[in-house]
Order: sequence, then structure tokens, then C-alpha cells
Amino acid sequence: MISLLRSIGLIFLHMFRKRETIQYPEEKVVLHPRWRGRIVLTRDPDGGERCVGCYLCAAACPVDCISLQATEDENGRRYPAFFRINFSRCIFCGYCEEACPTYAIQLTPDFEMGEYNRQNLVYEKEDLLIDSQGKYPGYNYYKVAGLAAGVKGKGEGANEEPPVDIRSLIP
Amino acid sequence: MVRIYIDQKPYDVKPGKNLLETCLTLGLDLPYFCWHPAMGSVGACRQCAVKLFKDENDKTGRLVMACMEGVRDNMYLSLNDTAAHDFRSQNIEWLMSNHPHDCAVCDEGGSCHLQDMTVMTGHAYRRFRFPKRTYQNQYLGPFLHHEMNRCIQCYRCVRFYKDYAGGKDLDVFAAHNHVYFGREKDGVLENEFSGNLAEVCPTGVFTDKTLREHYTRKWDMTMAPSICQHCSLGCNIIAGERYGALRQITNRFNGAVNGYFICDRGRYGYEFVNDPGRVRQPVIRGEKEGRNLFESLSGILTGGKLLGIGSPRASLEANFALRRLVGEENFYQGISENEAGLLRKILAIQHSGHVYTPSLKETEYADVTLVLGEDPTNSAPRLALALRQAVRTKPLENIAGSNIPLWNDAAIREMIQDEKGELFMAYPVNTKLDEVASGMLHAAPEDIARFGFAVAHYMESSVPEPEGLPAQTKESARRMADLLQKAERPLIVSGTSLFNEDIIQAAYQIGQALEKAEKKAGLCFVLPECNSAGLAMMQAPSLAMAMRAAETGEFATAVVLENDLYRRAERSEIDRFFNAFKNSLVLDHLENDTARKATVLIPTATFAEGEGTLVNNEERAQRFFQVFMPKNEHIRESWRWLDEFRQFREGTKPDELRELDNLLEELVNAMPQFKGAEMAAPLSDFRINGQRIPREPHRFSGRTAMLANVAVSEPKPPVDTDSPLSFTMEGYRGMPPAPLTPFYWSPGWNSGQSVHKYQSEAGGPLRGGDPGVRLLGNAVHFSNGFHSASPAAFKRQMDEMALVPLTHIFGSDELSVLSPSVEGRSPRPYIALNSLDAERLHVSEGAILKMRIGDQVFDLPVTLKNELPEGLAGLPYNLPSLSGIAWPAKGVLTNATV
Repeated sequence: MISLLRSIGLIFLHMFRKRETIQYPEEKVVLHPRWRGRIVLTRDPDGGERCVGCYLCAAACPVDCISLQATEDENGRRYPAFFRINFSRCIFCGYCEEACPTYAIQLTPDFEMGEYNRQNLVYEKEDLLIDSQGKYPGYNYYKVAGLAAGVKGKGEGANEEPPVDIRSLIP
Repeated sequence: MVRIYIDQKPYDVKPGKNLLETCLTLGLDLPYFCWHPAMGSVGACRQCAVKLFKDENDKTGRLVMACMEGVRDNMYLSLNDTAAHDFRSQNIEWLMSNHPHDCAVCDEGGSCHLQDMTVMTGHAYRRFRFPKRTYQNQYLGPFLHHEMNRCIQCYRCVRFYKDYAGGKDLDVFAAHNHVYFGREKDGVLENEFSGNLAEVCPTGVFTDKTLREHYTRKWDMTMAPSICQHCSLGCNIIAGERYGALRQITNRFNGAVNGYFICDRGRYGYEFVNDPGRVRQPVIRGEKEGRNLFESLSGILTGGKLLGIGSPRASLEANFALRRLVGEENFYQGISENEAGLLRKILAIQHSGHVYTPSLKETEYADVTLVLGEDPTNSAPRLALALRQAVRTKPLENIAGSNIPLWNDAAIREMIQDEKGELFMAYPVNTKLDEVASGMLHAAPEDIARFGFAVAHYMESSVPEPEGLPAQTKESARRMADLLQKAERPLIVSGTSLFNEDIIQAAYQIGQALEKAEKKAGLCFVLPECNSAGLAMMQAPSLAMAMRAAETGEFATAVVLENDLYRRAERSEIDRFFNAFKNSLVLDHLENDTARKATVLIPTATFAEGEGTLVNNEERAQRFFQVFMPKNEHIRESWRWLDEFRQFREGTKPDELRELDNLLEELVNAMPQFKGAEMAAPLSDFRINGQRIPREPHRFSGRTAMLANVAVSEPKPPVDTDSPLSFTMEGYRGMPPAPLTPFYWSPGWNSGQSVHKYQSEAGGPLRGGDPGVRLLGNAVHFSNGFHSASPAAFKRQMDEMALVPLTHIFGSDELSVLSPSVEGRSPRPYIALNSLDAERLHVSEGAILKMRIGDQVFDLPVTLKNELPEGLAGLPYNLPSLSGIAWPAKGVLTNATV
């Protein structure tokens, strides 16, 4: 009996607490930068596509909702010929972002992706690629990779010696 | 058997092996780089360190390289010892200090031995903060991409390319920590086996350039066990597909056939499957659109008699289905009478019981080899690699007493120096194998046959001696006869390349003479195409007979199976042949002249889209499996179409056509000479624990997205009714039977190096035996027409030249030349002449000669080959622009400028 009254009392007191419910969509949710929502493909500081088509995001995806095809430009720089995410399957686990060696694929604090037609949840590269570096500014994979793909020449990278002169015997 | 103790556990192991292969055979994971089962140990990479103890009481021990330490009785060693483990881990760390941050853009990633070994030793974080060494790359031609920064200096590439494959243009340059593996300068890698570098290299220095055009990781490919379609040897391959296109061919180990290596034609010749010009829709010419296919076909299939032309590049099943459709007496081999005669003879020899037909692996152990009228480098490339091994391994017999184990590669090479086994090459022009040959003869095909007869004569005097042989030829024949008689495993290689029956007869005479001397001679014949033996075993008459039958006018329709007849005979003859019929029904996957001539054209599956059985040159029946289900429902196996046509012809309604149960079983019932072919692979109802064998690795990605652009609801995956393989990643995860292994993978071993997990011992045969069933020994009579009269010598004719067909690895094969990469390596048409003949015609190198064969005229630039006997002209065999010549041919040459 007493506990019953105590509960009623507590609930009564809650009426005077600060409201947690917000008036969505008029009022927007506050999301943290690391909130895992809509997936984007970012660009490097020079404006080039960061994605190198390594397929690691697709392999890491537990629901296999990422599909892409790597291709190359005339400099040997890899990029995805197509990049498709089926958001009707995506569980926003963020494994793709963890797997990405170039910071290309990132999850963003946006969840407003509802559609009336499920087919519209299939995002192609033009829907995913944004004109920003996202959460990791300043990183350019091709500056630290060993191969030359039009960004830097052999031996011009961040931590590289100039190319070996194979005709020299000097130690 | 000796007993060794690894980490205090006793194991009984085979003596004569090194510790590394022993550990791998026992299933223990020991990292390595430079050791290769086909190439032995050199101890260059220092990766396979283990702790070796003096005896069981020794607690200190010492570090040794497992690959350089032979197995002895009562050996105590430890793999898990801290010092050994730390050594391996630090060694990787050193190797990785200069390895670039490239895995994301490296084609090796996901099937990389270096990745696997790094994970295995536990080196996860780079501590090296200093600048990395870099190199400039080289252009290496259309097959391989070079990325030298990734090199870990294991020396496997040069050991394979120079030592094993006999290449000249890849080497190691510079010194100390700057060594460079590449060519002297940019340029195309010349060796025919260069593509193997992509598999031999433990990391991504050499990668497949055609894969790069449509890059896919190994884990993303749908793969199936397949058989190479580009020559008669039947090398085993793994074909991988993604998004409906064939992406890559890799080697599939078969201890009896190709072992660890395939040639570049086999590896890069696959792109005809992705050719945009392929036949994709059934075409009925002169027919209004909109009718059902079978309605349109009803007149053709049910009215009048059918004449069937089989094909040496179609499977056994397809040829048999055609034979059943048209009736046994109306079924013809789609090859020229000459070729059919040669094949009849070869089959008769192989079934005669007098000679032994060695497998490709066995040819590697021949001690004396005589090659009569073949250039294996071009006509059966993998055989040339095997013959090189025969020459290399023969001198190893002499080191038996020297206490050096055979796996100790550097030491035995040092010991034998330049010693070689005996190889004699008889071919009209220089061949690549000449450089390792101890003798050679450049002569006309007739004279090569006479040389063979002379060899037989010196061994067995009842064989008549060919008259009028030059003294030098006599001398080499006598020497060869002597060597063959002394040999323990003599091998004669011959074949159909020169279209000369006497050469084959000569090979047989030598074999018989050796048999009388109680030697079992190995006779290895090179045949023209991937299923030439299978088609010939059906014992059908040749194309010439079909033409004669067509002229009777009793046939209404010709049914041509996967065969471009315009490559088989002169254009006018084939035109006349087709004109004898009211209709011609052609089944093919390629748009070629025959397909253009067809009134009904039916699209068929290539080896990647269908399955079938091929019989190779040693009469080994091998099964290839469908890699992927084509999106286009019209692309189906020829045998499926043909069997439906047969049912339809017999009165079944189109919607009541039955699926085939087991065509091979019916084939064996109808033709007992194929008994055993049905056992080449497990039947379609084979299951392990009720499960199919998945074609896709367990990491296969993108299943819910790859078709989402078409429809977001995923379609049901296709079901394979013809094999125990599934088109998905679900199924049995253990070790499948050898003929059904779609890819090599084992936990911790993602690269192709994992093949040792599938072998009964490291480097040995596959578990459960190497796949393929030899069809020899079935008592079926093949008529032979043997004779022992030696042919007349070749005589130069004043008015015309005798032409010899010169096969080319890149270009002479109909299908592989459609790959852009192979096409880029194929020679332009030419005519090869002796300079004396050229002088007579007043032409020099590069000048254009007009050549007339029958009613065909070709304009060809001259290439001088002075080794070619006078009166002979060499013509590249079967180049797309030089096909349709009836071999053996003669041609009239005229100077175009005069």
C-alpha cells in the first residue's frame, strides 16, 4: 500500500522535471560528431576522391550491403567505378569506417533517410560522395602510400628516400 | 620413417625432406618466403627459424633455418620456443621496415603471402620511424605489373624465371640493400611463363595486369575448378568471376599434370569470355521476329536429315549430344582429313600397348628426350617447361653420393654446374628449347621423319635404313640411338604440329625398337586442340567426308558445333559445303565466319558458363565446372541446347522438354572407349554432410548490394543442377575432393600458398589423388595403318615452296588470341625464308612477297631464318588472318614489287 502511494508520488514529481521528449521534426535532435548515421564518401585535402576501391569496407560489412568496382585513372590512381550501399540492409554498425584504410568512408550524424519506396534506399556513388574531408581533415592516402599515382612521384612521399639508383654501387 | 620431436610431441616423418616441408606436411604453421616446393630451398629469407636441440636434455638449443635442415632420426626441435618465435617476428619486422603502406591499392592484398606471414608471426605495429627505400618501376609488357617498392628480396622471382623457366631477361641488379628485381631496361618480359611470377612472388611486386583492368579481390570472386582450353595438355586452372565477367585465371595444382605453373596463354587467354562481340541471342535469319525459338526451329529440326559437325574445342558432352541428335552415321569430326588421320594414328599408338604414354609430370623425369617435329614452347608450352626440368634434373642422379639433399637447390646447382640432361630437338627452325638441347636438327618434316627412322634403325636393324641421309644426320641419329638405349626413362615427344604422319610413325618405330630392347619408352604426343583426343576417340569421319556426304544432297540441314569451319579448309570449299544445305544451324559463342554464314545461330556457353569434360593429349578425362550463371538466359551449354533439339525432334513439346540426368553415363554406354570419363569428378548429387561445395569464399561481399540497382529485393541465387558446387558462399567449409576444389584457402593462409594444406604432403599429390581419369587401357580397337617404310627425302621444288606451319604460343590458338593482352604479343603475319631462297626471289628482310595457296593469295613480309632448309617457307600457323589453309600446304611465291 505504502509502496503504491510512493510510486504515485514519484510519478507526480516527474511532472516538474525537465522534458526529455523533443518535438521532432520541428525540434532537431542533438547528435554527436561520432554518431553513426548516413554513410558518406569523403575527399582528400586536394579534392580528390579518397576511396581507392580496396574492397575492405565491403568485406567488413556484416550484412554485405556495400558493393563496388575499383578502376584506375591514367595516372594509376584507383577509384571506385561505382559504389553502392543498400541502406535498406545497412545496420549502421560502422565496421566499414573502421576497416577503411584511407578515411574515405565515414558515418555521419544524420539519420533522416526515411523513404516511402525501398528502392530509393539504394545509394550510388553520386549520392554518397561529398565535397568534404569529413571527420579526418588533412589525410591524403597517396602521400603516404608507396606507389606513384599522380599525387606524388616515387620517393617524394612523407617518409621516403629518393628512388634507388640501381646502377650505383656506393653504399 | 624417422621419429622427430616437435615441441616434445613425437612425429613419424619421411626422411630425405627438410624440416620446413615436414612441418607443413604435419599441418604445423611455420612462416616462410623463399622456399618453394617446386624450386627447393636456398635459405635466403631467414624466416623459417626453429630451435634445434642436441638431445632431449638440451635446454639451450640453437636457431636453425628449417628449410636448410634435413630431417634426421631423433631430432628435437621447437617451433613455439620464445627465441625462435621472436626471431621470426623480428625478421618480418625488418622485412616490413621498407615495405610500403600499399595494401589498400595492392592487387595482392587478400591473397598475399606476406600479409599471411606477418599476421602469423604477430608483428602488428610498425616501430620503424625512418624513411623508406623506394624504387622506380618498369614496364614489363601486357601481362605483369611491376611495383618494386614492395619487394622483400626473397629471390623467388629470379629463381623461377631464370633457373626454372629458363628466362633471360629478368635478373637481380645493384647491391647490398638496394637489390632490384627487373629487366635491364623497360620492355616486355619474353618468357612464356612470366605470368607465374604473380603467383610465385610472395607479395605484390609482380601482379596480373589483366586483373588490374577489372580488379577484384580473391575473396570476392566466384570460383570454380576448370581446365585450360588453349592447348591439348589440359592444365588445371581456377577461373574467377565477379559481376558477370570472368576476372582471373590462376593455377590449380594437379600433381600429375601442371603442378604449380601454367603458361601465359592459359593465364591470359581468358578474355574471349568477356568479348563484347560474342553471340548473345539466338538468330534466325530470314525469319520475322516475335516467334518462339522452337516454333521457328520446328521446320528445320523436324524436316529432313541432319548432318552434324563436331568440334575439337567443344566438350565430350557437347559432341556426344550432337551425335545423338543427328545419329551416329551422320556425325563428323570438324577437322581436316589430314588432321583426323594423324589423330587416328596417335590414338592407335597410344592404345597399341607397345609404348607408354607419360603424364606431363612424368616427362619432367625423362633422362633422354627426343623431340621430333614439335616446338613445345609454342604448341604445348607447359610441356616445354617440363622438358626444361627434365634437362635440369637429370644431372642430379650423379650427386647421389655427395651427401647433398635434393631440396638444397643452391648447393646442387653449384655442384652440377652446367651439366645437362640429353635433349635432341628436330624442328625446321630454331626453337627456344635449342638453348638447353644437346643436339638439334633443322630439316624439312620429311627429313625429320627420316631422321626418326634412322634412330630406330640403329636400335633395331629390322627397321630399314632411310637412304641417302647426310653423314652428319646419320651420326646424330646413331648417337641418339645409343643414348636412348642407355637411358632409363627415354622420352619421345612428337605431335601433329607439322601435319606429317611419317614423323608420328617414326616416333612409334623408335618406341617399338626400345620395347624390343626391353625399355619402356614414353611417347608424348602434342595434339592440336583441347579436346582433339576426345573427339578423335569418337572415331567419326573427318570434315572432308562430311563434304562428300553433303554433295549427295540427302541432307537438309548442317548442324555445326562450336567450330569455325573457315579455319579448317579453303573458303571456297566451305562455301560449297554450306550451299549444299537448305539450312545451317550453328552453335557457337564467337561471332566468326561460320556463325555469319548460319541460317540459325544459337549462342552457347564458354568454359566459364558451362561445364563439360575434356580429354587431353595423354587421354586424361578432366571435368571443368561452370564458374557463373550468365545473366543472359540464352547462353547455355551446347549439350543442353542439342539435347533439347533432340527431344524436340523426337516429338516432345517445347514446354515438356526434360532436363538431362547424366549425359556422361549415356556417353559411356554408347561408346565404351570412354569408360572412366564419368568418374573424372563426383556426380551432381554428391554432398558432404548433406552440403554442397561453395564456389564463393566465406568472405564474399556485396551480396545484398550488387544487384540492388536493378531491384532492391535480392533474387534467389541460381541453383546448380549439374554439379555438387553451389553458386553461393553457403555449404561445406572443409576440404572438398580434389576435382571439386574451387579455390585454395585455409585459416591463416589466404594466398595460393595454402595449396600445401590440400596436398597429402607438401609438394606431393593432392589428397585423395590428383584429379582426372586416364582412358588408356580400355580395349577398344583403333585402326592404325602402321607401316615401316621410311619416307622419301624432301626435294626442293623449283616452282613452288613447301610450307611448314610454325605454331606460336600467342596467336596460333583460336580463342586466346581474342584476349587483348595475348593479341598484343602475337606476331604479325610473315613468311620465313632461307636467305638463299630470298635471294632467288630478289627480296630482303621485310620485303613483301605474294603467296598463292590454291586460290588464296596472301601478301606477307619476309623474315629471314637461315636455319630453314632451302625450298621450305615457314608460315605462322592459324593466325586469324592466315587461317583457312589446308595443311600440309604448298605455295607459289612471287615478288610483289617486280
